[in-house]
Amino acid sequence: MWRRVLLVFGLCMLPIVASHATLEITVTRGVNTAVPVAIVPFGWEVQGPAPSTDVAAVIGADLTRSGRFKAIPDKSMLEKPTQASAINFTNWRILAVNDLVIGRIKPAGSNYQVEFQLFNVYTGQQLLGLSILTTPQGLRWTAHKISDLIYQKLTGQQGAFATRIAYVEISGKGGKDSHYALVVADSDGANPQTVFESSQPIMSPDWSPDGKYIAYVSFESGLPAIYMQDIYTGKRELLSERRGLNSAPAFSPDGKSLAMVLSSSPGNPDIYVMDLATHKLRRITHSEAIDTEPTWSPDGRSLYFTSDRGGSPQIYKVSLSGGAPQRITFDGNYNARSRISPDGKTLAMVHRENGQLRIAVMNLNTGALLTLTDGSLDKSPSFAPNGGMIIYEADYHDRGVLAEVSVDGQVSERLSESQRGVSVYAPVWGPFLSQ
Amino acid sequence: MKFLRYGFMAFVVVLFAAGCAKTVKPVTPPPATAPSTSATTPPATSTAAPPSVTQLSPLDDPNNILYKKVVYFDFDKSNIKPEFLDMLTAHAKYLIAHPSQKIRIEGYTDERGTWEYNIALGDRRAQSVRRFLLFQGVNPDQISTVSYGEAHSVCSQHNEACWSQNRRAVLVYLSP
Repeated sequence: MWRRVLLVFGLCMLPIVASHATLEITVTRGVNTAVPVAIVPFGWEVQGPAPSTDVAAVIGADLTRSGRFKAIPDKSMLEKPTQASAINFTNWRILAVNDLVIGRIKPAGSNYQVEFQLFNVYTGQQLLGLSILTTPQGLRWTAHKISDLIYQKLTGQQGAFATRIAYVEISGKGGKDSHYALVVADSDGANPQTVFESSQPIMSPDWSPDGKYIAYVSFESGLPAIYMQDIYTGKRELLSERRGLNSAPAFSPDGKSLAMVLSSSPGNPDIYVMDLATHKLRRITHSEAIDTEPTWSPDGRSLYFTSDRGGSPQIYKVSLSGGAPQRITFDGNYNARSRISPDGKTLAMVHRENGQLRIAVMNLNTGALLTLTDGSLDKSPSFAPNGGMIIYEADYHDRGVLAEVSVDGQVSERLSESQRGVSVYAPVWGPFLSQ
Repeated sequence: MKFLRYGFMAFVVVLFAAGCAKTVKPVTPPPATAPSTSATTPPATSTAAPPSVTQLSPLDDPNNILYKKVVYFDFDKSNIKPEFLDMLTAHAKYLIAHPSQKIRIEGYTDERGTWEYNIALGDRRAQSVRRFLLFQGVNPDQISTVSYGEAHSVCSQHNEACWSQNRRAVLVYLSP
């Protein structure tokens, strides 16, 4: 009986898809050191139409997007084996391909069995050989899972392809006739689903650490309020609708608290932490200045935030166990909206340089700042859960688009909405998901 | 017992189904911000009463200083520039003379800042205007504020001419 309930629940979860333009990915800066790999189109060895998802193409795009690899195009392949016995490694060595992936998809009742094998072309050794059972709708996600497995095998680092992003989409010019949508999509921008929409602004989405909830600011009543929404059921909870600001929600690493910005008195924004079980508030900052954009250190013991208490917006750090905030950034006169890497070593922020807003990272040990992007309105950086890439919003032909840059600045790419007149902003990369 | 459990299951299923419909359904858009039409609303006509003629509000007279309701700011600044003092003083006098009239001050910024910092900056601009009106003697209960930051921009090009129009605080007269 429970199983049946779960099935109904499952059906409920799937079709939240609103019709949407998908994102197109353009690599704007690549590295010469990207390792060539070949992902051979997967075999479909039975009668009947093959699945519409090209699993090999999804894997190839994922690996290329990481900047660490470059998938060679299908047309340059000298053979397209789907079985290990059919591989002639010489055909791959002459293409200077390091690693080779082959695979097959087989029907298993109403589901699919996806088998894949990863080989080192020079040794001929099989590095991975796995079989994954998936639903037809889950095929694309399975391709991302395979990308994660390959990435981990080849780099030793966990892949972040089978993860999600959230962002806000605005249609119209940003004036009063605009339409706003909070969208959840796969990490490559595919499968976008609107989870909330409004004629009034939506801002500052943030994922809960379990990837089930998104907290955000909605102006649907005309005034700002902070909501938390279960993205699978659509159930929303109003967390704060206080007088003045209700801004910049940020989940704690344990998911039990939400940092936010409220007005301690008219015109004085301060950082507060709300216990999500009791909704009790604790005030964290006490300055007359603007204190905003809180983000948690990975250990959950301190907050980084933006403050203009020193005359210009800079990043500060405050311990939740007390003590005066400590200034962290000193380069330039505008450093704001920081986010910390999962390992706690790097702080990404919006850095103003010659009047241009750019994404910069700071080494928290040395204090050295590195500007990663070269746009004019680059904002809202958010780390991938493996810390390898940062997603952010950029201006491209007068529209807000999503872009990604590797933490070392070597690779960047644009994920641009193909739909005209639509801008996207405030991207936030979700956590690793357990399945 | 078994019956009870199955009954509960059915209930749970119904709940999920209800959740489904709710998720797919787009949230009803909220009403647009209230236009300041209060003063221009024609008096209610009754068949018994003779037709009456009333003055339109000075707030809607293009030749009156009260027609101006927008204060513009410098980049990253929230101080009120001298050229807006006469206009704000006139609004203060009007509000003191009409104690039941309520206004909302909306603060805005240009796009050259982060979303959340711009919310705080827009709030600071709205508060600057509010403080000025309070200093002139306006009752605090007449004034509310909201910051939209860089949202609801009036101009979308990336140049100073455009940015300067977006860095603003707007006095919105609310209908009673």
